[in-house]
Amino acid sequence: MCDSCGCGDPHKVSLDVQERILSVNDRAARHNREHFAAAGVLAVNLMGSPGAGKTALLEATAARLAGRRRLGAIAGDLETERDAERLRAALVPTAAITTGSACHLDAEMVHAALDRVAWRELDYLFVENVGNLVCPAVYDLGQAVNVVALSLTEGEDKPLKYPVMFRKADLVLLTKLDLLPHLDVRVEAVKDALARVMPDLALVPISARSGVGMAEWIAWLEARRAGLERSPAAHGQLHAHPHA
Amino acid sequence: MHEYSLVSALVRRAEAEARTRRATAVTRLRVRIGALAGVEPELLASAFTLCREGLLRDASLEIETAAAVWACPRCDATVPAGAVLRCPGCGLPARLVSGDELMLEQIEMEVP
Repeated sequence: MCDSCGCGDPHKVSLDVQERILSVNDRAARHNREHFAAAGVLAVNLMGSPGAGKTALLEATAARLAGRRRLGAIAGDLETERDAERLRAALVPTAAITTGSACHLDAEMVHAALDRVAWRELDYLFVENVGNLVCPAVYDLGQAVNVVALSLTEGEDKPLKYPVMFRKADLVLLTKLDLLPHLDVRVEAVKDALARVMPDLALVPISARSGVGMAEWIAWLEARRAGLERSPAAHGQLHAHPHA
Repeated sequence: MHEYSLVSALVRRAEAEARTRRATAVTRLRVRIGALAGVEPELLASAFTLCREGLLRDASLEIETAAAVWACPRCDATVPAGAVLRCPGCGLPARLVSGDELMLEQIEMEVP
């Protein structure tokens, strides 16, 4: 007879754990976050559906910030380095992660990729996540902010259908705004849907092609960067291993 | 389909605990999954059935779900899911009180 719980089975023990299932990933994410904070790099986790315009947005962002800020990227895709190649052509040093079949990036993948991009020299590190409106939202990467690109062509109701992703967003960029005259989508309807899943609603309608909204997006980024506290002394005390 | 990666994290964690305690088998895991955790309980259950191995070969997975609850950070008034997530009284953005849990709660093992 089990003494502790009276369950009748002499050999069974129940152990209370109360631990996040992703605690290993959480630890790796914390580690990344400490790196970024110590080096004064704003790490942006950019998520969104395949084809939402994440890469185009980063290309346009790089053009706007050229000569003023140093940008780098980590680009995740199931196959090919196409996004990474586009970003490098836009003069953004980029490490590609091809995940094979994994539908998201995790903190350890990002940490491993840091060896392939001179991230300490950067003002911004953009992590272009795998195109997917579900899984990437579950994994903390160590980013300072989550930005979700939602293209106008995806429809007004996407925030309601994918509440997990939009709840995690610090900012939603409503991309491809130049297509507005050709579609039956209303920006106000997107805003209403977002307000039901994202308490601190933050939406910037934007077009990488026409440039509308770009100034507001850059200002948002710069304000986040200004909020970073640089603490170079702290990093040496964390651990000794080297990164690029 | 990140449910498989969650299952592999669960299996690794439970196996490590079982080895530390010299258990001969893990018989049951209890997890708590919030409605806004981004995890489909049914997919998690089928991924677990497909991927359990080693000491967890015959383990069962008990999934407890938790509804999303939003409330005002000032007056604690509940904001119903589906509504605009602002307190109708105070105007403040609502805070998630529960619903994003992704917790391993309990491991049941057989010890000699």
